[in-house]
Amino acid sequence: MLRLADVTMTFGGLTALQDFSMTARRGEITGIIGPNGAGKTTLFNIVSGIYTQTTGKVFLEERDISGMPPERLASLGMVRTFQNIELFGQLTVLENVMVGRHTRSNSGIFACAFKLPNHLREERQIREQALKWLEFAGIADLCQVTAANLPFGKGRLLEIARALALEPRLLLMDEPAAGLNSRETLELALLIKRIRDIGVTVVLVEHDMELVMDVCDAIVVLNLGCKLATGTPRQIQENPAVIAAYLGE
Amino acid sequence: MKREVVKFIIFAALVMLAPLPLKQSYLLNVLVFVGINTLLAVALNLLLGFAGQISLGHAAFFGMGAYLSGILTANFGLNPWLIIVLAAVTVGGLAFVLGFPILKLKGHYLAMATLGFGIIFYIVFNETIGLTGGPSGLPGIPNLAIGSLTFDNDLKNYYLIWGVTLLTILLCVNLAHSRIGRALRAIHDSEVAARVMGVNVRLLKVQIFALSAAISAVAGSLYAHTMTFISPTSFGFNFSVELVTMVIIGGLGSIYGSFLGAALLTLLPELLRAFRDYDIIAYGALLVFMTIFMPGGLVRGIPDLMLFLWSRLTGKRGGNAQTG
Repeated sequence: MLRLADVTMTFGGLTALQDFSMTARRGEITGIIGPNGAGKTTLFNIVSGIYTQTTGKVFLEERDISGMPPERLASLGMVRTFQNIELFGQLTVLENVMVGRHTRSNSGIFACAFKLPNHLREERQIREQALKWLEFAGIADLCQVTAANLPFGKGRLLEIARALALEPRLLLMDEPAAGLNSRETLELALLIKRIRDIGVTVVLVEHDMELVMDVCDAIVVLNLGCKLATGTPRQIQENPAVIAAYLGE
Repeated sequence: MKREVVKFIIFAALVMLAPLPLKQSYLLNVLVFVGINTLLAVALNLLLGFAGQISLGHAAFFGMGAYLSGILTANFGLNPWLIIVLAAVTVGGLAFVLGFPILKLKGHYLAMATLGFGIIFYIVFNETIGLTGGPSGLPGIPNLAIGSLTFDNDLKNYYLIWGVTLLTILLCVNLAHSRIGRALRAIHDSEVAARVMGVNVRLLKVQIFALSAAISAVAGSLYAHTMTFISPTSFGFNFSVELVTMVIIGGLGSIYGSFLGAALLTLLPELLRAFRDYDIIAYGALLVFMTIFMPGGLVRGIPDLMLFLWSRLTGKRGGNAQTG
């Protein structure tokens, strides 16, 4: 589904990623872990089109997406969430998710201003779909709340619902458990598995090892901008190089 | 959506009935200008209130519409209605082209760039004396007419201008409650998240800039035909700032707020006549007061204030009442 080939990213003299390659298989949950400063967020920003890598290529289902802007990637079915949730604060919860339907609708300024019949039909569909995804994330009861007033944990769920409304093939989650309490993290784990079960490929960066070991089908370990190991959660847990990187020798 | 329809019908009815008690008074003349300013404020609000992009050069688009209509009808005798459409398309097209480089900028830099082109056009209006008449103005612009009906007095102009303004308000309210309106407000809150959701932020900003400019140009054309005389002072930097003030005072992102802001800023100088030479101080003080105590604009400030007063009057500690 997602493949990176020899991606290198340098910021001035600093090399954040060095000849990094990895694959995330379709229908699986792939976790990317690594100590702070390993290059995980840089990697995410490259894949999601926010940065452009210095060298190397990124493929989405064998299509070269290197250097594509985020809005193009969205229309190809790739979407991400952010570590410090990026909600549309002044919009309601429902409206936030409705923005997620942007690529799945196409009425222009003219059609919207004059309320052409196509636009009205589309608007109904947008609302129905948005409600469906709010229910999926379990926050449909909050749909009229202004997003800025949500507690952090609910904001996280909203961001996920908004991303799912796009009906992506690939969902990237940047530290989805950051800032959540243990009960919310458990619920999140269930939600991530349900997302996989509806056929969305998930790639996540995460610090919470318990969550990663619980949900991931495959794990990639990054350290100092290089790939340290890949494998199943069990293999990673037993890998001496990984243990050394995390605990120090 | 139903609520929006009711709101619009009430607003339109009030607007339509307002001239009845006024006859041909001076106030009616002022209300004509409230109509033009509302049209301009609504246009700027699309850009400033919804998409969150400032323009300190909107008076230039207003001026371009006015001069295109003025010059082509007064000097070349072309059909005024045709020219209004032509002005909207030309100015919208120009804004579209200008928008690509300018709207790449953010915050203060965007303010500077729009300020810059506003000033450039102000100079053009002043200096191309052969075309615009320069500082002494352009006289002899005909009134608009449909057949034998000539819009030559305040009452007729009131209905003409408010007709256009109401139509624009209706279209903008529709736009606000659509995927485009949501995408614009999304850009305002988080540009990166909007892009990730597939909103083509750059294109949408430019499109809305062009639409806003086109509406401003129509306002300019209507202004020229109503006044029959235009001069560059109406289209300078001060007026651009006044438009921004209308939108902010009224309430960012509220279409009816734009009307309140435009009405207040148009009527205020008239009301402050009592202060004579000190009117500018009273004017400034009021604006400062409003931005401090009604940061959400009149559209949110007035209901909050009424709730607060009501809770004081009834002696109840109103739960939701805020001084806003």
